[in-house]
Amino acid sequence: MKNITRVIGVSLAAASLLLGAASCSNGGGGGSSASAGATGSSSAGTSAGGSVYFLNFKPESADKYDAIIAEYKKETGVDVKVATAASGTYEQTLTSEMAKSSPPTIFQINGPVGWANWKDYTADLTNSDIYKHLNDQSLAVKTADGVWGVPYVVEGYGIIYNDAIMKKYFALADKKVSISSAQDIKSWDLLQQVVEDMTAHAADLGIKGVFSSTSLKPGEDWRWQTHLADVPLFYEFSGDKVDLTKGTPATIKFTYSDNMKNLFDLYLNNSTVKPTELGSKTVDDSMAEFALGQSAMVQNGNWGWSQVAGVQGNTVQAADVHMLPLYMGISGEEKYGIPIGTENYFSINAKADAASQKASLDFLTWLFSSDYGKKAVSNDLGFIAPFDWFKAGEGPNDPLATEVTKWMTTSGITSVPWSAFQVMPSQDWKNNFGAGLLTYAQGKADWSKVSSDMVADWAKQAAAAG
Amino acid sequence: MRVSAYIKKWFPAFALPTFLAFILAFIVPFGMGLYLSFTKFRTVNDAQWTGVSNYVAALTDGSFLNSLWFSVRFTVISVITVNVFAFALAMLLTKAIRGTNLFRAVFFLPNLIGGIVLGYVWNLILTGILKALFAQDLTYSATYGFVGLVILVNWQMIGYMMVIYIAGFQNIPGDVMEAADIDGAAFWPKLFRVTIPMMAGSITICTFLTLSNCLKMFDQNLALTSGAPNNETEGLALNIYRTFYLLRNQQGVAQAKAVIFFVFVAVVAFFQLRATRSQEVDA
Repeated sequence: MKNITRVIGVSLAAASLLLGAASCSNGGGGGSSASAGATGSSSAGTSAGGSVYFLNFKPESADKYDAIIAEYKKETGVDVKVATAASGTYEQTLTSEMAKSSPPTIFQINGPVGWANWKDYTADLTNSDIYKHLNDQSLAVKTADGVWGVPYVVEGYGIIYNDAIMKKYFALADKKVSISSAQDIKSWDLLQQVVEDMTAHAADLGIKGVFSSTSLKPGEDWRWQTHLADVPLFYEFSGDKVDLTKGTPATIKFTYSDNMKNLFDLYLNNSTVKPTELGSKTVDDSMAEFALGQSAMVQNGNWGWSQVAGVQGNTVQAADVHMLPLYMGISGEEKYGIPIGTENYFSINAKADAASQKASLDFLTWLFSSDYGKKAVSNDLGFIAPFDWFKAGEGPNDPLATEVTKWMTTSGITSVPWSAFQVMPSQDWKNNFGAGLLTYAQGKADWSKVSSDMVADWAKQAAAAG
Repeated sequence: MRVSAYIKKWFPAFALPTFLAFILAFIVPFGMGLYLSFTKFRTVNDAQWTGVSNYVAALTDGSFLNSLWFSVRFTVISVITVNVFAFALAMLLTKAIRGTNLFRAVFFLPNLIGGIVLGYVWNLILTGILKALFAQDLTYSATYGFVGLVILVNWQMIGYMMVIYIAGFQNIPGDVMEAADIDGAAFWPKLFRVTIPMMAGSITICTFLTLSNCLKMFDQNLALTSGAPNNETEGLALNIYRTFYLLRNQQGVAQAKAVIFFVFVAVVAFFQLRATRSQEVDA
């Protein structure tokens, strides 16, 4: 008896321990979970003239690429493989895919900071068509030595509002504000007055809250820790004339901390749900509330339209959807519009063979310059593409993309650039700030602590990243 | 030839495939991991030697030590609760009760569900309960996450440990128990002086399995709390994952943490095995 138990015990022990050892080193060496996150769209990616393998960042457009690569195959005979990393796992997936024998030839970086991670892998794109045809070549990720990333989509975000509900509010006899349309909201004071007055009239307007829930579930908090935070950081960087081309500044002051708090408080206190419940809310929840007419406003970007339109029972009319800038009481902010920029840049894998690099560039050129490709980019992928191949009227025509274009071209208005996006120290910094915002929403920490923790974490992570 | 001679002769042929797989899937990655922990690298193919600086960074990282403390607390509580419940269930289900097979299956079933799925399901359940009771959710307090993880792991592992204990109970010779009964031993003395010593072999295995699984726990942790709030419910494995993927240029440090993690789990498991093994008796 004892011997049997002992044999079983020892072998179980050995197997289990080594499993643990191997799985932890696996976790280090690019584990299987990461590659399981990538789903391929095409089995073969090779052709005589090199192979094209694009690792796509945007899960929302994953299935759209199937038709595109089928058409490309039909026109040129070249196979393209497109794989998409699951949401929030691009770096993991790219890290493990890059170590494989046929790594991605086209991948994406999210700006100078992302480039710093991958600079040994990016080819110089100075002579490529996609760089030469950029509307604004200053948007590219480049150094004195070359061009390493070319932006392929311009996006904008702001406070999306449903004008049907806003009109109902402005028609109220006892409204407290003098303006009569949402388009007249041109300052923080007006925004605050309108929102707080709408909360007082929530029952009359048939809404649960003015703003959709402030999703703060871990992993669902990017609308605040990155997008909202970009605005105060932009004013800080531009006010202090910080040179962002050198990458992440060693420290920040968070000068406009209280202004961010203004708007964040407005979101929390005029919402569809209690602030203590926000730790389980997702972006999907938030967009669904907006689509169902339970809220009148939601902070998000033009990529969110398909999400709104896709909700079953959607009550929002395309013609009623518009965007407001993120006013938060910073002086001079009236001259600025919505934040418009990009964190999506194509890079070509410098370690791929020359034929594959060329085939990859050919595919990208085709995608953004051929008639079929342009239509697919605008209508299926919904990208506002920053290339001069696109003539007026060839861009996407969903209501939010139209709003972004409108804000971009309004005279007298400058867009807030996505400057902080490019230099935030790491994903972990964003997550930590998001967690801080959550504790603030739950009432467990005061704003000054969240704010000073964020500043300290920036300095720490900027130093650690070197 | 005697059977044992056959086994001796053919042993290598049967062991070879598994042995090769073991080398490829475990030994080689482990060796690479060890090497990479002394380097700075982006992908596993472009490492530069940096010496022990990764270990220094790992051991001076407060969040790593926090997660170590979290894992230790979690493991102590879970090892005790899982084993006590599993032992009690096994005792119940080896008695002549109607439907023992059905109950055994019911308790074992949760073990067949993967950790990620369990994590998300329990996240929904616990969030629902907390919302109804306090209008809060799992991210509100680290205690919620800690208790939630203990509940989850209990629910998942009790069934498996129960099966091992049941096998142990069935292996206790009937005459020993009968002798104890005839001598008039009461329930508790019989449990502690006869049953538990006879079960020491099973206890060794079960404590080892629960101990190492709790220390290594990753997917349940990721799916249930993913560290919220503020990385306060972050176990060792999750901390390593976060360092590797979400911090910038810290892959080597993460790898060093993984090696420290391995040594820690191995040492703890070694002493646990030695301690419980010494309690084993022969019938």
